[in-house]
Order: sequence, then structure tokens, then C-alpha cells
Amino acid sequence: MGEMSAVGLMGGFWSNQPVRVALAVGGCAALVCAVVGLSTVMRRQAFAGHALSDVSGAGGSAAYLLSINPLFGFLGIAAAAAGLMEWAQVREARERDLLTGVVLGAGLGLAALLLYLDMTVRSVSGAAITVLFGSMFTIPTSIVPVALAVAVAALGASALIFRPLLVTTLSVDLARAQGVSVRTTGLIQALALALAVSLSAMTVGAILSTALLIGPAAAALQVARRPASALALAVLIGLAATWGGVALAYQSYYWTPGHGWPVSFFIVMLIICAYLAASAVASRRAGAPAAVPLSGCQDH
Amino acid sequence: MSTSEAVVALERVAVTFGERPVLREVSFRLEAEQFCALIGTNGSGKTTLLRAILGFIRVQSGRIDRAGGAIGYVPQKIILDPGLPLRARDVVALGLDGARFGTRLPSKERAARVQAMLRAVGAENFAEQRVGALSGGQQQRVLLAHALVRRPKLLLLDEPLANLDVGSTAEIVALLRRLSHEFGAAVLLSAHDMNPLLPAVDRVVYLANGCAVSGKADAVVRTEVLSRLYGYHVDVLRVHGRVVVVAAEARDESRTALERDPVHTIPVP
Repeated sequence: MGEMSAVGLMGGFWSNQPVRVALAVGGCAALVCAVVGLSTVMRRQAFAGHALSDVSGAGGSAAYLLSINPLFGFLGIAAAAAGLMEWAQVREARERDLLTGVVLGAGLGLAALLLYLDMTVRSVSGAAITVLFGSMFTIPTSIVPVALAVAVAALGASALIFRPLLVTTLSVDLARAQGVSVRTTGLIQALALALAVSLSAMTVGAILSTALLIGPAAAALQVARRPASALALAVLIGLAATWGGVALAYQSYYWTPGHGWPVSFFIVMLIICAYLAASAVASRRAGAPAAVPLSGCQDH
Repeated sequence: MSTSEAVVALERVAVTFGERPVLREVSFRLEAEQFCALIGTNGSGKTTLLRAILGFIRVQSGRIDRAGGAIGYVPQKIILDPGLPLRARDVVALGLDGARFGTRLPSKERAARVQAMLRAVGAENFAEQRVGALSGGQQQRVLLAHALVRRPKLLLLDEPLANLDVGSTAEIVALLRRLSHEFGAAVLLSAHDMNPLLPAVDRVVYLANGCAVSGKADAVVRTEVLSRLYGYHVDVLRVHGRVVVVAAEARDESRTALERDPVHTIPVP
């Protein structure tokens, strides 16, 4: 990718401005995705999270077409889609999956049109790769304060609904009987999910953002026994994978002079390694064979 | 609240799903510390009745009056994911303040209440285990503690004995009997198999044909009362210490659940 050749010419890791921006925005994305991803996996909404990530690509594509901050584009479409899915109030797993599938199809169709227009009308080169697979070293510095604000909003929303969401995860009826405002909790969770997905899409791209949203949480849930430890472990895995991915991508420029490897690739690979390691730990505890698939994706 | 005040009172309550009447003119009242069994075959409307009391569904006519205070509820068929990072202790703690928005600081008083509740239901030994990994009987104890930790005036349990082995069933019934007195809560427990329940309950609400009869068990579980409720003759037989309700003749296959499932057993009061 072109971004790596630019980075390679810019000297040291810590003093490199694109690297600093990547670490800051990626760190925000990893932190928020770990927190929101945990509730997403626990509520068996991995497919909805994946769909929102893909659908947000339409927003990113529109942002390039309209020459606005791409984060706003990702966020706008993700929030609209999340709101629609939550508004429909579908509880039955089969119907929820069908609705999610319909929203996903519509979003991807729109993204295809907008990416086509990006290339033909606006002649934006590399928009498709950037929107779908991310390009962390080309994120403009102006996005950092916006990303921080989005992260604070998402973490605040998650903290607000932490307890009601846990009760709802146990049973919606149990939560209602206890006085939990299930509707409000669901809407705030949908908003937090949209915020997380938009940051994640900005970082590793719309297609791969599911990995950042689901992977660290799924790995943490295999070994943690308490919500707090699951949260801490998911954050640790997310941050380590993201910052480790940035560092490896930076180093990769020296492995293959003239061009480096995509950051997204390293982030996703590190997350998969963490998941496999967590599976091994969990199976060793249980004395059973390691689970191979991501549990969150199994149960959508 | 004195024992003569109703914790919950239903008066001619009717619930209809589409064109199908599920409950018709159901009336009964429940007082503090009363342990009441809600009996009926599958599909007789037990869950609908409990959900109507909780306010989850709208009644078409009649009224449900509830005294103030918290309601404890244990729903039917909760499947607790073994992967949930929640210990039994965490689930009970969520019963205290799980409905509140925001985070909380650790509190000794809160921890003590949770510990006392775990002890009351006999769940101390598995308090640190993941709730999804517990046995059915252990999960019922945890859910019971979750429902009771706010000291509710009314405790509603939907088929809590389903899928429990004989030993666990007897333990849970004895536990409920004791806790209803300890906590001063009125308990309404639905079940289709009443064998382990009738020796322990104060009252019975028997549902059939969308209608209910209520009273002391030996006054309700009688041939003439149940025949009137079902709308055709049934026999209440006592066999080896159990009560067996037998439909003498199925008249209309589409009419009642009993006709689809003609033998219904109820223990001797």
C-alpha cells in the first residue's frame, strides 16, 4: 500500500506523525470496541455488529464523495442502521437475523454505488481500499479530537447502561420485572455500538472492523469469570493487537523495502492469535479440546 | 401490611390473544406470607396470568390490584449461557440494583446483603462459580436469591420446578415455604405437576378453560369442583398418596388442554 512507503521515509516510530495519529485513533477504537464488543457478544449480537460494520462502509464512501470527515460518514450510517434495527424491536432470533441481513444487503448495495461514484465522479483514488480495509497511516490529524469525543461518548453510554444491560442479558423478562427500561437500554446500546463500529471502521476498515469489535471480547469471555476481568482483558487484547499491529506494519517497511504491509492485516492476525491462546487456556482449564470458531459469531 | 390485606387481587380478569380467549373472569386474592400454587395443564394460561400480574400484557377487562413494593420474578425457561462472565454472586447482586443506570462504588452493606441472601437460599458453596455452569437446581436457587434480595412483597415463579430432579424439587419447595415466612412475601408459583407442592402450599389457584377456582387445596382439588371448572365430569382419585385427576370422557377435542392430556396428577393435600 502507498501509505507505507510514505511512512518509511519519515524516520523514527515515536516521532512519526502518521504513526502517532494511528496510535491515538487506533487506541480509541480498540478501547471502545473492547467495551462495547463485550456486551455485543454476551447478548449474541455479533452478526448485528458485523452488519453494522459493513453498512457503515456506505457512510465512509459517501464522506469521500461529499468531501467531509469520513468518521462522520461511518458514524451517520452506522447510527441510522443501528437505530432502525433497535426500533424494529425484533426479539425472535430468526427474525432479528433476517432484519439484520436485509439491512446489511441494503447497506452494501449503497456502498457499492457510492464507491463507484467516488471513483468515477470524484476520481478519489484508493477510496475503496481505505473504506473497506482501512488505511491507518493516512488518517488526517484533524480526526484525532473527533475520535476522542466519539470514544468518550461511547464509553459514557456503556458505563450508563452497564448494570441494566447485564440484567437484560440474563433475561429480558427478568429485567422488565425488575424495572429495567429495556427499550431505553437497547437504544443506548445501539448508539454505543454505532459509535464503536464507526471508530473501528475508520481504523481497520468497514470489512475488518468486526474483528476488532468481536475478537478481543470473544477471547476475554473464554477465560474471564467476572464482568470486570472480562472488560479489562478485552481492553488489553484490543489495545495490544492495535498498537502491536501499527508497530509491525511500521517495521514491515524494512522487510520489503519500498512498501509495507497493511496495518489491518497485522491487527486481525494478532486478535486471532489472542483468541486461539484464550481458547487453549479455556480448554486446558476444562480439560476439553480447544474451540475453533468465534463463539460470538456462532450464536448470532 | 397485615396478613388480611391483599398483596395482589384479581377481579374478573380477562385476557385475549387475537380472537382466542386465554383467561376469562379470573378472580382471586393473595395475602402476605401466603404460599400459593397456580395449577393447570400446559397451555391453560398460567404464564399469561403471571405476565398480566407483572403488567407485561394488557388485560381486556377486569382489574388487577397490587400492593406497593418490589415484585420478585423467576421466569420460565431461562437459559443461562455457560460463557457469561457472571458468578452466582454477581447475579444476586444484580437483583439489588441492576435496574439502575450508571456505575456504583463497592459497598460493605451491599456485599453483606448479597452474602446473606446466598446463605438463605443455600448457594454459598457455589457463589463464586459461573452461573451458566451450575446445575438446574443450583440455578433456581440463584434466581430465587436474585428475586428475593430486594425483599419483595410478592414473589412470582413460573414453573420453577420444571426439569428439576425429585430431590432438587423437594429442596426448592421447602426453601420457598421457609423464605415466604422469613421474608413475609406472598408467593405465587405455577406448576403443572403439583405432587411436590400441595403438602406445602396454603392455597391453590386451579386454572382450566380460562377460568380459575381458588381456595385451600382440599377444597379445590375435588371431583365436583374440578368437574364444574372443566365443564365436564372429571374424577379426582387418590392413589398411593397421590391425587390423579382423570377425564372420564373427552367431549370436545378442541376445548381444553385436559382433553389433550387427560391424566393430570395432583398430590394429596
